Amino acid sequence: MEEKGGAPPKLYRHRLATRIWHWLNALVIFIMLGSGLMILNAHPHLYWGQYGANFDHPWLNLPRWPGWLTIPSTYNLALARRWHLTFALILAFALLIFMIVSLINRHFQRDLRIRAREVAPRHLWADIRAHFAFRFHDPDRPGAFNILQKISYAATIFVLLPVIILTGLTMSPAMDAAWPWLLDIFGGRQSARSIHFICAALIAAFIIVHLTLVLLAGPVNEIRSMITGWWRMPEGEGE
Amino acid sequence: MTRLITRRGAVAGLTIGAGGLLSGCDAIGNNKLFREALIFRGSDWNETLQRALMKRGALAPEYRPDQRSPIFRTNGTTNPGTSAYAAHVANHFADWKLTVDGMVKHPLSLTMAQLRSMPTRTQITRHDCVEGWSAIGQWTGPHLSMLLDLAGLRDGARYIVLHCADRLYGRNYYESIDLLAAYHPQTILAWRMNGAPLQIGHGAPVRLRVERQLGYKQAKYINHIEAVSSLASVGQGKGGLWEDVANYDWYAGI
Repeated sequence: MEEKGGAPPKLYRHRLATRIWHWLNALVIFIMLGSGLMILNAHPHLYWGQYGANFDHPWLNLPRWPGWLTIPSTYNLALARRWHLTFALILAFALLIFMIVSLINRHFQRDLRIRAREVAPRHLWADIRAHFAFRFHDPDRPGAFNILQKISYAATIFVLLPVIILTGLTMSPAMDAAWPWLLDIFGGRQSARSIHFICAALIAAFIIVHLTLVLLAGPVNEIRSMITGWWRMPEGEGE
Repeated sequence: MTRLITRRGAVAGLTIGAGGLLSGCDAIGNNKLFREALIFRGSDWNETLQRALMKRGALAPEYRPDQRSPIFRTNGTTNPGTSAYAAHVANHFADWKLTVDGMVKHPLSLTMAQLRSMPTRTQITRHDCVEGWSAIGQWTGPHLSMLLDLAGLRDGARYIVLHCADRLYGRNYYESIDLLAAYHPQTILAWRMNGAPLQIGHGAPVRLRVERQLGYKQAKYINHIEAVSSLASVGQGKGGLWEDVANYDWYAGI
């Protein structure tokens, strides 16, 4: 878009598998959050432990989520469950395939590997200050993810998404018969339900920060690179 | 090319886009083709996957007595409220009849005294409501399979329908399970709960416990058990009251 004089160099930054998974998730997670909030409206109280209902003590009472945030927009638990439990399959299997492909094409090893020197407090602090100065790219390696990016992507891919899938399975009475260890690792069905909600909230927070940073980093270049794979190096930062 | 897409424009665009998508979801969710191709199929896919992952007789977790809910809340109908039911309550269900018929060789009609004289299983299990809450309680009653074997299922019987005395949406409650669930070792006709006779709010005199499925399958106030070859003739054809009136999934394992 800023083509005056010599165009800044381009970098092939996002492989096809990454781009497909990204846009599929943009849709699927949007549906999961909306239908999840509708399901939560059926009983907006969260508990710790094996059981939890109206006469027990919730650790969190949530408001009734408004229709503009839920799928469907008017109260319909049955339909929200249809959306949620169908798209849950897409979310889970897409993550599995993405993980396998990203190990094979070395996306994980190359782009998300966190090195010891990167998590040294000095380096972390320098990166935080750089973010507040809206400098998101290392001038020496502009295509590489910075450490805050790596930590948030890795936490989402390797912690939040697997945990939200497993806690979702723990809420299924049939899965608790098939895989009783699910209840052991999460401390009961109601604990799993609470953790499921916390993960969903963290994923929503990730999306808000992610979209904000896309806007700050230059939305056209960032969105285009997630569609075509090609990312234009920031002016003055290219080689 | 100048910067046509400003940051502010992009923010506005994303916001409008998200709002549009959400309202679009209502239209899509009500679209017959989308329902039949995707979101109303997911339940079948989940059932198939769960069956593949689960041993046929895999047991639902059972709990210790001290892990029971202090108060086990009631749900759905808490009293059928009909004069006939009130008469049964006054009479301590002495005249309550539980019939077993349909595709069976020897139809049965059991009194509660006969049902209570059968060998029982006692289990402390978790009741999971489709709304999200859970309660743990102790249930006692004979295996459903014992009654089905007494009646002798005929070839072709594939589902067991539970007909109930409580009324919702102008009809008596009904639910159905397949033979895999009906013959599961934890599937019992509970007439005791937490060591006392089943209370009215929990489905007195007898209710179903089918422990690998959600609460709406746990039919209460049962007076008629029917073996059928297909669910097409049951209610409006989806196999249960909530399935028929509100499109809940027939498979309630998730």
